[in-house]
Amino acid sequence: MYAVIVGGGKAGANVARALLRMGHEVSIIEHRPTRFATLEAEFEHMARCGDGTELFVLEAAGTARADVCIAVTGDDEDNIIIGQLSRDYFGVANVVARVNDPRNQEHFDLLGIAPTVCATESILALIEHEVPQHSLVHLFSLRRENLDILEIGVVEGSRADGATVGELSIPDGSLVISVLRNRVGRVARPDTLLAAGDQVVAIAEPGRESDLMEIFAGD
Amino acid sequence: MFVVVVGCGRVGASIAQSLIDDGHDVNVIDQNAEALGRLGDDFPGHFIQGPALETTVLERAEIERADAFVAATNGDNTNIVIAQVARDRYQVPFVIARVLDPSRAKFYAEQGLTTICPTRTAIEMMESALRAFVAESAEDA
Repeated sequence: MYAVIVGGGKAGANVARALLRMGHEVSIIEHRPTRFATLEAEFEHMARCGDGTELFVLEAAGTARADVCIAVTGDDEDNIIIGQLSRDYFGVANVVARVNDPRNQEHFDLLGIAPTVCATESILALIEHEVPQHSLVHLFSLRRENLDILEIGVVEGSRADGATVGELSIPDGSLVISVLRNRVGRVARPDTLLAAGDQVVAIAEPGRESDLMEIFAGD
Repeated sequence: MFVVVVGCGRVGASIAQSLIDDGHDVNVIDQNAEALGRLGDDFPGHFIQGPALETTVLERAEIERADAFVAATNGDNTNIVIAQVARDRYQVPFVIARVLDPSRAKFYAEQGLTTICPTRTAIEMMESALRAFVAESAEDA
């Protein structure tokens, strides 16, 4: 696989290292001269100096034959443009983009740049996972599939409390994947017995939250 | 007509002023508060300070009721992104973006965005001035 990475900060450089270890071919584009010098010392000819939102820079990096373009600069408008140019001009099949400011997520969505990765959102999801403030937490969104991975706490006295997964009429468009109890996670089966305090992970189409809340939290 | 102009540099401020002179309503967005100084003291429209990539800033400039949207910040990529946001999210009927890089200007024009490339214009005018000079010199010789 050939990957073009635009943005040679910590994220870009580490993605490049990981892909190289997996035996893939990479180019990493960076426009800041001092940062480029550091990258060149490590990545040699695979590092390229230039503005990765310029067509000639992307062209020289061989973006047209890339299997994936990874836009991880510190500027969201640049990442959107890199995504659009690599997809619509060079015909790259897969684009991954970093969202620096979560408020810009809606622009990536509007312009169809997906999947995206946002550190702030990931940290918030982890905090919710570790220290749940709400009984339903969005762990992850599979944007292309339009499915959400949700975590729901089983509340005492709810329909789920004391029932098996099979007994619950889980709404269409959702599925219970796993149950976490006393720090041990197990894949859910129809005969898995649920109890208050369990953390259930479900995969669901958007809009199923309230149905699931009714079953597991009883409200 | 009501127009939102983003970027209050020489280009944006001048466009905003001419639109006002022609009797139109204009709101202006710029990241820097000092940019307001480029507009006349009696500028009747609203000046909104903030990054135009933020929808709250665009909405404070009342983009929802805009008939036209001008993206004239000093960042090509910012202009291209906010122009698409104005067109696709807020359905502004007429959207125009300044793009200094001729190749990006051409590509996004092909994608249906109205782009103006001052660099392209400068290249063409200088080339044609030089050609005229060469032709004149040939006649004199």
